[in-house]
Amino acid sequence: MQELIHRAKSLLESGEVVRVLGWRKGENDWDVEPAFFATTEDLEANFIYNGFCGANLSKYMIEASKLDGKTLVFLKPCDSYSFNQLIKEHRINREKAYIIGVGCKGKLKIENIDAEGILSVDGAGYPDCSETLTVHTLYGDKEIAYKDAMLERCHVCKGKEHKIYDELLGDSIDTCDADRFAEIAKIEAMSPEEKFAFFQAELSKCIRCNACRNVCPACSCRKCVFDSTKFDSAQKANTTSFEEKMFHIIRAFHVAGRCTDCGECSRVCPQGIPLHLFNRKFIKDINSLYGEYQAGADIDAAAPLTSFRADDAEPGVGRG
Amino acid sequence: MMHECTCNPGYMRDTLIPQVGIITDIREETPDVKTFRVNAPGGGKLFEHMPGQCAMVCLPGVSEAMFSITSSPTNKEYQEFSIKRCGQLTDQLHTLQVGDEILVRGPYGNHFPVETALKGQNLLFIAGGIGLAPLRSVINYVLDNRENYGTVDILYGSRSADDLVQRKEIEEVWSKAPGVNVHLTIDREQEGWDGHVGFVPSYLKELNFDTNKVALLCGPPIMIKFCLQGLKELGFSNEQVYTTLELRMKCGVGKCGRCNIGTKYVCKDGPVFRFDEIDELPNEY
Amino acid sequence: MYRIAKTDIPSLLAAIAAKGDLYLPVNTAGKTNFDAWSEDANVDLDTLKTVRSGKDIFFPQSENLYSCNRTDGKLSVTAAELEDKDFVVFGMKACDVRGLAVLDQVFLSDPVDSYYAARREHGTIVSLACSKPDTSCFCHAFGIDCANPEGDVATWFAGEYLYWLPKTEKGEALTAAVSSLLESTDEKAVEEAKASIRAIQEKLPLKDLSLDGWGAEAAKTKFDSPLWEQLYKPCLACGTCTFVCPTCQCYDIKDYNTGSGVQRLRCWDSCMYSDFTMMAHGNNRTSQMQRFRQRFMHKLAYFPANNGGMFSCVGCGRCVDKCPTHLNIVKVIKAFEKEGK
Repeated sequence: MQELIHRAKSLLESGEVVRVLGWRKGENDWDVEPAFFATTEDLEANFIYNGFCGANLSKYMIEASKLDGKTLVFLKPCDSYSFNQLIKEHRINREKAYIIGVGCKGKLKIENIDAEGILSVDGAGYPDCSETLTVHTLYGDKEIAYKDAMLERCHVCKGKEHKIYDELLGDSIDTCDADRFAEIAKIEAMSPEEKFAFFQAELSKCIRCNACRNVCPACSCRKCVFDSTKFDSAQKANTTSFEEKMFHIIRAFHVAGRCTDCGECSRVCPQGIPLHLFNRKFIKDINSLYGEYQAGADIDAAAPLTSFRADDAEPGVGRG
Repeated sequence: MMHECTCNPGYMRDTLIPQVGIITDIREETPDVKTFRVNAPGGGKLFEHMPGQCAMVCLPGVSEAMFSITSSPTNKEYQEFSIKRCGQLTDQLHTLQVGDEILVRGPYGNHFPVETALKGQNLLFIAGGIGLAPLRSVINYVLDNRENYGTVDILYGSRSADDLVQRKEIEEVWSKAPGVNVHLTIDREQEGWDGHVGFVPSYLKELNFDTNKVALLCGPPIMIKFCLQGLKELGFSNEQVYTTLELRMKCGVGKCGRCNIGTKYVCKDGPVFRFDEIDELPNEY
Repeated sequence: MYRIAKTDIPSLLAAIAAKGDLYLPVNTAGKTNFDAWSEDANVDLDTLKTVRSGKDIFFPQSENLYSCNRTDGKLSVTAAELEDKDFVVFGMKACDVRGLAVLDQVFLSDPVDSYYAARREHGTIVSLACSKPDTSCFCHAFGIDCANPEGDVATWFAGEYLYWLPKTEKGEALTAAVSSLLESTDEKAVEEAKASIRAIQEKLPLKDLSLDGWGAEAAKTKFDSPLWEQLYKPCLACGTCTFVCPTCQCYDIKDYNTGSGVQRLRCWDSCMYSDFTMMAHGNNRTSQMQRFRQRFMHKLAYFPANNGGMFSCVGCGRCVDKCPTHLNIVKVIKAFEKEGK
């Protein structure tokens, strides 16, 4: 972590960048915040990079792109996909960013540590994160495998390569230990009734707080259709608890082909709804209909839903 | 199984539930302002109010918003709302015809202290554009109780002569009332206008009013700002100036949480404030 | 004081539910929220904090205020029926019960909100002491004792029993209705349970959280602080904090076109949302900093100024647990404390 602070300080001092976008220490190991730093003193006192820095900073670069001067931004390998996608959509200005590709060994979710009254977590530090976390709680100590506390997205890690950067600092590990589409295949195999029951149980929990939308790097519309006061789409009141399915389905359609599968939606959902499943179903279908495509992997690659080929599959045609 | 409900019978009619009102007259004041006269379905007024109070006007299926009641309580037959077309609801309201129904609930908020602090005082009304709407209620209340008040000056300005609302009443009633001076102004020269030209704040300074008055001020925020400055230059103190504020409102009773400026809810503690009260509030209006 | 064996709790719940609706923590798809009891509901009395507080039983996320119909060209307004049946809420924690006292200040003050008032009138609250407070808890900062919750009936888990103490007339009535399942006992086990909870309270990391400097006076002293500009920065402008909060009560009123008429709904709104104060001709809180400041100033300064010093926060810590970017009221309080402002 010290090398990150050191490098950020020298870039700030040299005038190469005027601010640093990173993570700020919280009250505990796990409540780190995405944050802008403008001074070396602030960096020294409050910058942190540890296993709980799951937040994807790419979307904050939309606002930072509007400010004067360059912003130093720390991107983990998977965050770099989102950054690329935002460049492709002309939402952020590459020239306004100095990117340090920071090493990642998998990120943690405090809720995944099944313990009550957590006081501190040892073993989540960077770069020397360990295989096992030691969790100190009000009710005694507990050990848990690092892997068991990882975010879902880390189990389907896209790899340790940064897709865009100015320099790299620190090593990464490919933490993939699961089939990215296994959950989707399981749902596809369900009967229509089972599918309905599954999604009804999950989406009925939705409180429509909009955290998934607001954190999503692909949801970068200046004015979201769900915030429009001109249509009933802004309806905050529901006739049934399952009505929010429409919000999530429409959102999944809107980000289809642009979603990098960064997993922020599922990370932030206060009700633990596995929202990434919608996006991943689209990714799976796009892959099978138009060929393998990973949004954000390559700025210059033609996006399957916004480019036309004569032999394009037209799944909506001919099925009534 | 039926339970005997022990609820207070007063709960049965909630303040959030509106009454049906009938539009009995529509006057086109300016290209974008109409004055709607509203009666209860069986005739008469929907409720009693005091000058400066507001009511929620609703078009079912469109939306609901707070408007000041422009008619005076001394009018025993109906209530009036002068409404400028500037958004979704007001666009729809402007399409209504005489005989159409709307929903109204209220009245809400406090009122100008016509029976207390303003009584016996010389009054200076300063309004810009649609800002005349709430002051008109006070002006007519004062004129209908003329003996209770001193001199009355009405300074009213608008973008153009066509944008002056209630022009007929101004010319035929107010200008002719005893002890009333009306000062009209428009922003830019216009053919057929031989009155004063210039912004309200500068005309205010030109008129050089005595400070033995209480001022009631309403108009666009920028006009309020410069008029207040002008009044101070003339020697008025904050305690001598009242205004009425407008913020987004949904409930009208200080519960929905959006129209507060610091600790004060505009819908409940306002909309009428004296400027020394506003000075105490955070700068967020 | 009464008690019932833990193993008999399902019978107790069934007996309560036989007399009227029963709402209690139910686990659905991995998360526990207050929901209606049913025989196959996955009742979860062990989870410390439901995701949503119990407030939505009294102030639902969405409710019909009235319907408006047009028949023969005439508009008519039909008010929604008020709650008229008694119901029980089981398992509310001390913080959430106090949360209702905060909502009461809003909805039961003149003019009374009839919808909320009817539900309060008909609801009986069975609270449950927190056997295992969490590190994000700070209810004690607001004078709440999670070892001794308020409510119509207070309950405690101790050993193999649930202990039951009626505290109000409503509580006595409910106790009488299920008395065949309860046995009388002394206070000893509950006193021990309280002592053990209080020993944990002493170890909570937020036990010294101080509200010095907040309250009515803060309305003037803290509004213009430069700290807000720093604190709000990571805020996503989502409504998570407001929707999981037991005391947030801001609402919107919306129309729903049913095809044959219009239903006027009241639904939760959030001061974090960009359209919250937007109207046709302007908006007095245009930046997220202003909206962020409004939320905390409301809870810690404006509300106490208007309600005899009562804060609009009960220290449940849900915002601490749930904010996607880990902003919360504790960080705000501590930041101001550090600056000495």
